[in-house]
Amino acid sequence: MRMSAAEALVKSLQAEGTEVVFGYPGGVVLPIFDALYEAEGVRTILTRHEQGATHAADGYARVTGKPGVVIVTSGPGAANTVTGIANAYMDSVPLVVVTGQVATHVLGTDAFQETDITGITIPITKHNYLLDDPADLPDVMAEAFHIATTGRPGPVLVDIPVDIARGELTYKRPERLNLPGYKPTVKGHAKQIHQAATLIARARKPLLYVGGGVLASEGWRELKELAELMQLPVVTTLMGKGAFPEDHHLFVGMPGMHGGKFTNYAITETDLLLGVGVRFDDRVTGKLAAFATKAKVVHIDVDPAEIGKNRSVDVPIVGDARTVLAAITAELRKMNAEPRTDAWMRVIDDWRARYPFHYHPSTDTIMPEYAVERVRELTADRPTVFTTEVGQNQMWSCQYLRLREPRTWVSSGGLGTMGFGLPAAIGAQLGRPDHLVIDIAGDGSIQMNSQELATAAINGLPVKVVILNNGYLGMVRQWQELFYEKRYSSSTLPQDCPDFVKLAEAYGAFGVRATRPEELDAALTAAFDHDGPAVVDVRVEREENVFPMVAPGGSIDEMLGGIPGGPVSEMLDGELLEEVWE
Amino acid sequence: MNHTLSVLVENKPGVLTRVASLFARRGFNIDSLAVGTTDDPTLSRMTIVVSAEDTPIEQITKQLHKLINVIKIQDLDPKDMIDRELVLYKINAAPERRHEIIEIANVFRAKIVDVGRNSLTIEATGTTDKLAAMEDLLRAYGIKELARTGKIALARGSRDS
Repeated sequence: MRMSAAEALVKSLQAEGTEVVFGYPGGVVLPIFDALYEAEGVRTILTRHEQGATHAADGYARVTGKPGVVIVTSGPGAANTVTGIANAYMDSVPLVVVTGQVATHVLGTDAFQETDITGITIPITKHNYLLDDPADLPDVMAEAFHIATTGRPGPVLVDIPVDIARGELTYKRPERLNLPGYKPTVKGHAKQIHQAATLIARARKPLLYVGGGVLASEGWRELKELAELMQLPVVTTLMGKGAFPEDHHLFVGMPGMHGGKFTNYAITETDLLLGVGVRFDDRVTGKLAAFATKAKVVHIDVDPAEIGKNRSVDVPIVGDARTVLAAITAELRKMNAEPRTDAWMRVIDDWRARYPFHYHPSTDTIMPEYAVERVRELTADRPTVFTTEVGQNQMWSCQYLRLREPRTWVSSGGLGTMGFGLPAAIGAQLGRPDHLVIDIAGDGSIQMNSQELATAAINGLPVKVVILNNGYLGMVRQWQELFYEKRYSSSTLPQDCPDFVKLAEAYGAFGVRATRPEELDAALTAAFDHDGPAVVDVRVEREENVFPMVAPGGSIDEMLGGIPGGPVSEMLDGELLEEVWE
Repeated sequence: MNHTLSVLVENKPGVLTRVASLFARRGFNIDSLAVGTTDDPTLSRMTIVVSAEDTPIEQITKQLHKLINVIKIQDLDPKDMIDRELVLYKINAAPERRHEIIEIANVFRAKIVDVGRNSLTIEATGTTDKLAAMEDLLRAYGIKELARTGKIALARGSRDS
């Protein structure tokens, strides 16, 4: 069937099962938007900025497991997607980003709205294409979706010059992809799996260290099965949150810079660290030379380049987390291995009891931690997706929310992109229409993409934005307090500019403010029960810090703030540990 | 330590940029790079010489593997590879000194490919060591210009299965 490449693009989207496209039109991408106009089964969400479109697609992908699709124009449109693409790349989120491009006969002449977007995005995409023949479109789109969603997922960009989009082809869905250089390893090596199982069976103080790879591979059931079979404690990274239920007795929190003391102590003391779909990121490890020094390390990852990148590994296993976890469990069953972590769990429970997250409650001002706790309690019986912005709001969310379900946590991990939370919530709401979607925000980062309130309002997406408004770029201020002698250079924001309630109302959303603790529940409840988008301006204690904290470059068992307690070597309960060490 | 990477890639636009920028991004300087198509016109072979320790070279090799257009990478064993480079030297050569220079070229089995009024152009192939030794001798006469292809290399036949 003859059709234009633009029409074939829509055919490809339909063939891939794309239900939502996030985008923004412009000159050279008009043939594609024209083809989208009456596309059956594909809803186009017009955001207010291309960065918003990319983050929305990212949020959609994280809650559904399906690739997020973005279509924007050339030049500034394409350039505006860069932050969103970089964000998705760092967090291994599958995106297919289609950009319009100037016509081939003017390519490279600095034509109006021309930018070399394939050149710009080489370091931040898993792969990209500049389409130079309409006939290649079906193959290129099929490859783009395949590459984005398999192996270690990531963004793929397809740049389509306008004359190519108008060019004709005979559409046929490719039966086979021609990607000779792309064969992700799924199954782990049997010998390595056996070795890992043997180590688990013998370990006294094992610890599962779980990241986004478990969510990407949908391996949460397999994770739970392994953890419960061998009674292995589990820590999840910021990217892995939700892969393991946070109310489970084996859950030991989030490690790293603002993780729990009990979590970092467990990592420091473990004798077998089982990294699954993690990358030993610097925010987790702190000073590498002091990270998990007593442990043998098993590292499971689908990306061989992650293994041994930061930390040397005793048992490397390249493979899909879900497949490998299932194989390890099967191997342990075959060995009739018995759990032996009883004493180790008692040590951890003791730490957990002694060093919980804590803050000083107030009856006059709303403590930000209290606000997050109230959000947690008020949503306890409602299926909820949480997105966050970046900074203190994000860290308090990590510390005080309790995730119960996988794929209900959407936060910018690797890139730390301010302005991510609201557009991501919009994408998440489209992906999970039956969930309450809450963006926990700061007054700084919400302003980076607050224009997307229009997108939420116009499309009837009832996302809730809870702004922990402290009138500062809070995390910047915290670092300046701790490491720059309280010189608050460029980190102060007036708490009432903008007036977030009026801002919400200007977009036709519901706005409400809470300034005192006793007002908080009513404000949150009103927002959560409202049938459209809502903004809650929570005026919180201005100079609260996120604690505990590992100083940059410090060892993770030496944390500032929180409940006093020294490095782990001094904190161990002698009697319990003797049992573990026996 | 010098590593010679033999990288088989798809012969497509932009592949060289992807490979080269990966090295730059990870802080490696490429000492030499030679690219050409193979017997299969859809594939090219890049021979990349890079100076790095073993751990970083392993990381960059893994990163290279992640490029979709990269099909195969070999870190060639210097003891078990054939490597050659081709160099053109344009040497200052007054008529009375031509003879000496031609003798040097002969010793290194190089060819005189152009003679000017005051210059000789020599074509030489060989290993990096041999070419360096030759260059050393030629420097005494004054090298006006020099162009080299960069090293190409293949593993020795004994490694074939």
